[in-house]
Amino acid sequence: MKTSSFTAIALCTALLVAGTTSALVTNDYFFSASYTVLQFVVLATAWNILGGFTGYVNFGSAAFFALGAYSSIVLDKLFEAPITLSILSGTAVAALVGLGMGYLTLRLRGVFFAIATLAFAEVLFTFVVNWDYVGGARGAYVVLQGRPPLGFRSFVQFLFAIMALMAAGAVAIARFVQTSTLGLGLAAIRDDEVAAECSGVPTLRLKLVSTTVSGGLMGMAGATFPYFLSYVEPHGVFSLSYAVNSIAMPLIGGMYDWAGPVLGALLLGGLQQVLQVNVSADWNLFLVGALLVVFVTIAPHGIMGWTFRRGRRARPT
Amino acid sequence: MSGPLFANALVSGLLLAGFYAAVSVGISIAFGMLDVVNIAHPAFIILGSYAASIANASMGADPIVTAVALSPAFFALGLLLYRFYHATFERRGREPLRGLAFFFGILFVTEVALILAFGVDYRSVTARYIGTTWRLGTVDLPLRLFVPFVVSVAMTLSLQVFLSRTFFGRAVLAVGQDQLALQLMGVDPVRIKQIAFGISIATAGVAGALLVIIQPVQPSLGREYIGLVFAIPVLGGMGSIAGTLAGAAILGVATSFTATFFGPSWAPAVSFGILLFALAFRPSGLFGR
Repeated sequence: MKTSSFTAIALCTALLVAGTTSALVTNDYFFSASYTVLQFVVLATAWNILGGFTGYVNFGSAAFFALGAYSSIVLDKLFEAPITLSILSGTAVAALVGLGMGYLTLRLRGVFFAIATLAFAEVLFTFVVNWDYVGGARGAYVVLQGRPPLGFRSFVQFLFAIMALMAAGAVAIARFVQTSTLGLGLAAIRDDEVAAECSGVPTLRLKLVSTTVSGGLMGMAGATFPYFLSYVEPHGVFSLSYAVNSIAMPLIGGMYDWAGPVLGALLLGGLQQVLQVNVSADWNLFLVGALLVVFVTIAPHGIMGWTFRRGRRARPT
Repeated sequence: MSGPLFANALVSGLLLAGFYAAVSVGISIAFGMLDVVNIAHPAFIILGSYAASIANASMGADPIVTAVALSPAFFALGLLLYRFYHATFERRGREPLRGLAFFFGILFVTEVALILAFGVDYRSVTARYIGTTWRLGTVDLPLRLFVPFVVSVAMTLSLQVFLSRTFFGRAVLAVGQDQLALQLMGVDPVRIKQIAFGISIATAGVAGALLVIIQPVQPSLGREYIGLVFAIPVLGGMGSIAGTLAGAAILGVATSFTATFFGPSWAPAVSFGILLFALAFRPSGLFGR
C-alpha cells in the first residue's frame, strides 16, 4: 500500500472511531482509558523508530514526554495558547532536543548511548524541579475553560479524538520510515553501523532524522498531557514507568515492524487499564516489568516474531 | 565563601566520596571488567538497605554486621543472576542491548516488588553512632558519614588488593582484557565471571547497608543512583579500582559543594551532568588507557 493511502486510511479510521464513540458512548471513563492507551501507542511507536529501526536504546522517553508537557504549560502560562499551538510547539521542542541527542550518537554507541539518555532525563528532571515558573516540585495546573470545541460533549472526548489522530499520524510516519529507503538505511545502521558507513549510507544524517522524529513524536504525546490531567507535577511526568512502558511495548509486540509497537501498546496498555481498576496501580507496573523481562528472555522478537516467523524476509539476528 | 563553610563542604564531600566508592565499585567490576551492563545494580543496593533496616528493626542488629552477614546471600544472588544472564543473552551472542533491557526490567521489577511488600514509606536504622558528631576545630565529622566512609574505603582497598595480588583476581582482570587468551591458559572464563559478578552484587548489598545509615531509604531511591554508579567508573576509567576511588572523590566533592552553595535540590543533576560530559568528551575516563 502506498504511504499516502495508508496515511489517509489511518487518519480516517481515527476520525471515524472518535466520531462514533463520541456519539454513542456517554461514560467519560471510556475516553480517559482509551486516551491513555493511545498515548502509549504514540510513545511506543516513537521509541521504536529509534530503538527498533535504528538500534539505539533510549531510556529517556519520559524526558521527551515531559518536554512536550512542560512546553504546553509554559505556553499556557504565557498567554493561554490554544491546544493546537501547544501540540506543535511541544513537538518542535522535543524534536530539537532529539536532534541534539542525535549528535550524541557520534560519540556514544550501544550501551553508552542508553546510559546517557537516562542521565539526560535525570538532569532535565532536576532542572524542572528547580524551575519555579512552571511550578517546580509543586507542579502546575492547566485548566481548560469554556465549552469543549467542535461539539464534543466533554474535554476528555475532545482530547481522545486528538490523541486518536496523533496516534494514527505517528503510526503512518513509522510505517513510512520503515518502508522507505530511509528505513533500509536505518536497518543497515542497526545491523552494523561501521559496515553501513563503509557502504555509503549517510549514517549521521539518517540517525539525526531518526532521533528527531522519535523525540518529536514523544513530545507530541506529552503536549496534550497537561490538558488531560489538568495538574502536572515533575515526578508524574518523569516517571520511570513511561520509559519502561515505551521499551516494553515494542519489545513485546516486536521491534522490527511498525505494527509491533502498536500491537504491544494496545495489549499491554489495555491490560494495564483493566488491572489498574480491578487490582492496583502497583501490580500493573509490576506486570509491565515482569513481562519485559520474560519477553526479552524467551521471545526476543516479540509477538510479531512468533506469528510472522515464516513467510517474511529473514529477520536480523 | 567563608572558610569554615568551605572546609565543612570539602570534608563532607570526601566522606560522601568514600560511600560513593562502595556504591560504584560493583559496577566497576561488572561493567568495566566483565562487560555486563548491570543497570539493576542500584536495585540490589536498595535491597541491601531494606535487609539492613529489617534486621535492625526486628533484632536491633547493627546494619554493618547485617551487611557482612548477608554478603554470602548477595554473592549467591549475583552468581545465579549471572548464570541466567549468560545462558540467555551472552552465550547466544544476542545484541547487548537486549541484556540492557533485561536488567532495566529487573531494576523496575525489584523496585515495584519492594513497594508491594513494604509500601512507599521511608525506612531507616538506629545505631548508637548515628546521632554522634565529632568536632575537629570548626570542621564537623558526623559519624553517620564517617562510619560508612571507613567501611567503604576498607572494602574498596581490599578488593583492589584481592584483584591485583591473588591468582583469581588476576584472572578477573584478564577476563576483561582477553577472554580467549584466558581460555587458552586453561581457565574457564564463565566461572571467573560468575564469581566476579557475585562479588559485584555482594558489594551492592554492603553499599545498601551504608546507604541506610546515611539517609532514610524508599524503593524508588535506587534510580537516583543509576547516574552515580555509572558516572564514577566511566569518569575514573573503566575497570580500574583506583580510578573508581578518584572518580568517587570528584563526584563526592562536587555534589557536596553543589548542595552547600546552590541547595540540595540541585545535587542530583551533578552526578548525571558529570556523567553526560564524561561520556560525551572523555568516554575512556580521566585515567583510562
